[in-house]
Amino acid sequence: MQSFTYERATSAEQAAAAVAARPDAKFISGGTNLLDLMKLEIERPAHLVDISRLPLDRIEETAEGGLRVGAQVRNSNLAADPRVRSRYPMLTQALLAGASGQIRNKASTSGNLLQRTRCPYFYDRNMPCNKRQPGSGCAALQGFNRMHAVLGASEACIAVHPSDMAVAMSGLDARIETVSPGGETRTTPIGDFHRLPETMPQVETVLGHGEMVVAVVLPPPPPGRQLYRKVRDRASYAFALVSVAAIVEKGGDRIRSARIAMGGVAAKPWRATEAERTLAGASASDGAFIDAAEAALAGAVGHGANDFKIPLAKRTMRHTLAAAVESA
Amino acid sequence: MNETIPGLPGSATHSRMKPRPDAGIIGRPIDRIDGPLKVTGGATYAYENELDGTAYGYILGASVAKGRIAEIDTTEAERAPAVLLVITHRNAPAQPDFGPTVTPTVPEVFTRPRPALNSDRVRYYDEPVALVVAETFEAARAAAGPIRVRYDEEPGLYDLPGHIADAYAPKRTNAGFETDSVVGDFERAFATAPIKIDSTYGTPFEHHNPMEPHATLAAWSGNELTIRTSAQTLANFRAGVASTLRIPLERVRIVSPFIGGGFGSKLIAHADTILAALAAQVLQRPVKIALTRQQMFANAGHRAEMVQQVRLGADTDGRLTGIAHDVWSATSSFEEYCEQTAVFARSLYAAPNRLTRHRLVPLDINRGEWMRSPGEAPGMLAFECAMDELAERAGLDPIELRIRNEPAQDPERGVPFSTRNLVACMEEGARRFGWERRNPTPGRTREGRKLIGHGMAAAIRPNYIGAATARVAIDRDCRVTARLDMTDIGTGTYTILTQIAAESLGLPISSVKVELGDSRFPRTAGSGGSWGAASAGSALYNACNVLKERILEAAQSNEASPLRGANATEASFADGEVRVGQRSASLADLIRGISPDGLEAEGSVAAGATTQSYKTYSQHSYGAHFAEVAVDCDTGEIRMRRMLAVIGAGRILNAKTARSQIIGGMTWGIGAALMEQTVLDPRYGHFVNHDLAEYHVPVNGDVPDMEVAFLEEDDDKANPLGAKGLGELGVCGAGAAVANAVYNAAGVRVREFPITLDKVLPALPVIAI
Repeated sequence: MQSFTYERATSAEQAAAAVAARPDAKFISGGTNLLDLMKLEIERPAHLVDISRLPLDRIEETAEGGLRVGAQVRNSNLAADPRVRSRYPMLTQALLAGASGQIRNKASTSGNLLQRTRCPYFYDRNMPCNKRQPGSGCAALQGFNRMHAVLGASEACIAVHPSDMAVAMSGLDARIETVSPGGETRTTPIGDFHRLPETMPQVETVLGHGEMVVAVVLPPPPPGRQLYRKVRDRASYAFALVSVAAIVEKGGDRIRSARIAMGGVAAKPWRATEAERTLAGASASDGAFIDAAEAALAGAVGHGANDFKIPLAKRTMRHTLAAAVESA
Repeated sequence: MNETIPGLPGSATHSRMKPRPDAGIIGRPIDRIDGPLKVTGGATYAYENELDGTAYGYILGASVAKGRIAEIDTTEAERAPAVLLVITHRNAPAQPDFGPTVTPTVPEVFTRPRPALNSDRVRYYDEPVALVVAETFEAARAAAGPIRVRYDEEPGLYDLPGHIADAYAPKRTNAGFETDSVVGDFERAFATAPIKIDSTYGTPFEHHNPMEPHATLAAWSGNELTIRTSAQTLANFRAGVASTLRIPLERVRIVSPFIGGGFGSKLIAHADTILAALAAQVLQRPVKIALTRQQMFANAGHRAEMVQQVRLGADTDGRLTGIAHDVWSATSSFEEYCEQTAVFARSLYAAPNRLTRHRLVPLDINRGEWMRSPGEAPGMLAFECAMDELAERAGLDPIELRIRNEPAQDPERGVPFSTRNLVACMEEGARRFGWERRNPTPGRTREGRKLIGHGMAAAIRPNYIGAATARVAIDRDCRVTARLDMTDIGTGTYTILTQIAAESLGLPISSVKVELGDSRFPRTAGSGGSWGAASAGSALYNACNVLKERILEAAQSNEASPLRGANATEASFADGEVRVGQRSASLADLIRGISPDGLEAEGSVAAGATTQSYKTYSQHSYGAHFAEVAVDCDTGEIRMRRMLAVIGAGRILNAKTARSQIIGGMTWGIGAALMEQTVLDPRYGHFVNHDLAEYHVPVNGDVPDMEVAFLEEDDDKANPLGAKGLGELGVCGAGAAVANAVYNAAGVRVREFPITLDKVLPALPVIAI
């Protein structure tokens, strides 16, 4: 770990300006990811601006009937909030499927969104990795890539985004509120927030340097039953091999609308819009679920050790859709 | 295992006392003596020790797996703030060469020099190439970052399955067993067998990952070196450090009172210990070094990857006519380690024709080390699955198949068993588990969208005894202190030794203090191979007998003794009293009378190898494992539902710590069957998933309802306590029971461990919604 200086932010605007003032500065909140990366010198900030004590830890009702989740709301608190549990059960399920109790107690909402990939080659400074060292190559492409992406990947990078929370938020059409170093705020739909790797996997979001997440806005819960299904190698404390967040609204025997997002398959929470289109107006039947799953994975490409994710994602989606409908 | 052949202790010290006083303290499920210290932070682990002036080291590892250091630039590190010393191969204190790949004798593997930073040669990925010592750990670690190393890299070999053809036969396996065993003519028997199984299994690299990393605080006082570390076997560490530093044994003291798990990875001194000792010598300051979790994967041992072929030939009744277990294992190019993977198969089932063989393929990796149940853990995982395959092919219940092949005596040594209750374990297990409700046809039992399966496997593990001595002292207030260089690696050693001394001397456990983990105390074989309780326990038991003899002699002859002149042949120590014939006196009064300064005695057991009892009897612990799993028919996720182990391991010294050992072992079985695997990247020679996020061990959610039952057993051939090795028995066969349950649930036999969902998924039916 490299030495660094530290300051405690006094306001969101001040924090943004403080990071913007130095190219080697970073925000720190719960530190559950950044500190590990700093110990391994994968992240080497010379200055840390601690935003964990800013008054961004409220969950408030919005005028439109949704919730505004402060960026510093801890994962545990977000999962336990009665309004979240009753109106956005999928979000609670996703949060509780992630990490461990101890980590959730520390991890913040914005930190969860911004956590970095767990690709083991990214985590090892001796290995080529375009995300860590642009231009050095991707060791995962021909390597041990069992955990890696099947959608939206590139020759430069096949890493996945590890968050569960963000997958549920994607299905809920969350919006990310940020403040820039100049004090301007903007709102970005979660679907536009994370970038796909293309040729620049080191650039993971649309945030500018110093731009800070202040809140995640959840629109009013869409109609239909919500379900988050995470598939993993052990019962707890494992990243998703694939996960599916689904909200299915039924009208009679038909599906009126569906919102589906997938985790563990791409560098960002993957909104399965093709599958949603397939389902809209279809009969609530196994055939429709299978069609939707096929549509969702139509463009999927495996890289050897992760080939299994394609059938696994299809099977998981089919069953998650069925389970959502069954109890709708 | 630090002796060539395990066996029995020498005969118990002659004693007039009843051999098993019925005070009932041994066996009782009392809580750990050291529990309160551990949960309140009062137990000091190696890295928590502090001495005035301690400096902190950080090891930099090689970024290539094979080659030479062409250039190493430490200028920036040396100039970094608070840095005291940078050691590389260019300035490291002289040490002996590493030496040949195989030591002349088995015990020398534990004591051979293990030099660090003494060569420009890189033998494995992440091998230490530099040590930075600074005023703080943070400063040392930060300064290691800018060290620049240029390597002349050489191509290495990292692929076991691709090089089976190049395998060689070692001269012996770990623990000194014969490399091969041949009885009868297996090939002929197999060729003509009406029922055959020929299955090849892959077991992966695995890592111990004790919670406490390998850590050392080394301090010199003149030419005396004290090492506070995390060690299972102090004598090994002491000898290894002395030979590497080329100093007399007597000048090295090892202190290791508390160990946060070892699992075989703390039987020898590793780089943290050697480098801390060297740096402390150079700096004339105490130096503390810990391996990071990531460094432990390359620098603290592993279980090697193996390919195992099991061939079973049986007649139409399911009686085995031939058994063959062939093992090809990865080893290191510079130091051989041959896990005794097929050795258990020499004793487990009857068959007239038998063949076991071990072969090695050297890779450019560090040496494998002893890992929880070496031999049986990977060997029984494969073999007991093959037995399950045979049962199905023969149309027999897996338990019935094993009963039909129960030998009357050790099938290769031709000697009787000391105790063997395998059949009783299986039958009792079947009763408790509800085995008769298992559907023998795989893939047929469903609950909702879960496929349910049941599996079982047998367990066998040799009873090892290592040489051990214990010293026990009693003072005028009847306070007893037992001292030995034994360790408690979390198994409950403090507790059972306290129970043994208390029961032997007829005193409450509150009167007994057991002190462990200091090489100044009498030497034992330490903790490993499940020999700890029986070896150290027998030594202490014998020491207490010597002490009691001494007390009785004085009691009968000393003028100040209230029992003077008592001459009955029967004597007993119970409830704080000594009784000789019809006369009795309080032990405290007696000691005050006969020896106001207290009394002391030593007792020993010899290593088993030469004892008559080992030659005359085949000695093993046995068990039967049962598992129930659920396989998600949509995702292939495998989750445990319940497990049961029925154990026959001689006398149980503490029902609670024994149970904890067994459920810990069963948890290892879950890990081996379902998730544990370290991936060696054949392009770089490094273990890819080298942290606990990516190397999966079972977490609480993976460990189901577990039941453990101990059969009433007392093995009077094993040792004076009647106890046999226990801890690792929990692992043996446990994974196979899980794997067999997965097969029974899903109808797919996965022979490449671990059984992850991707291997099951293609065979799962798509079930209607």
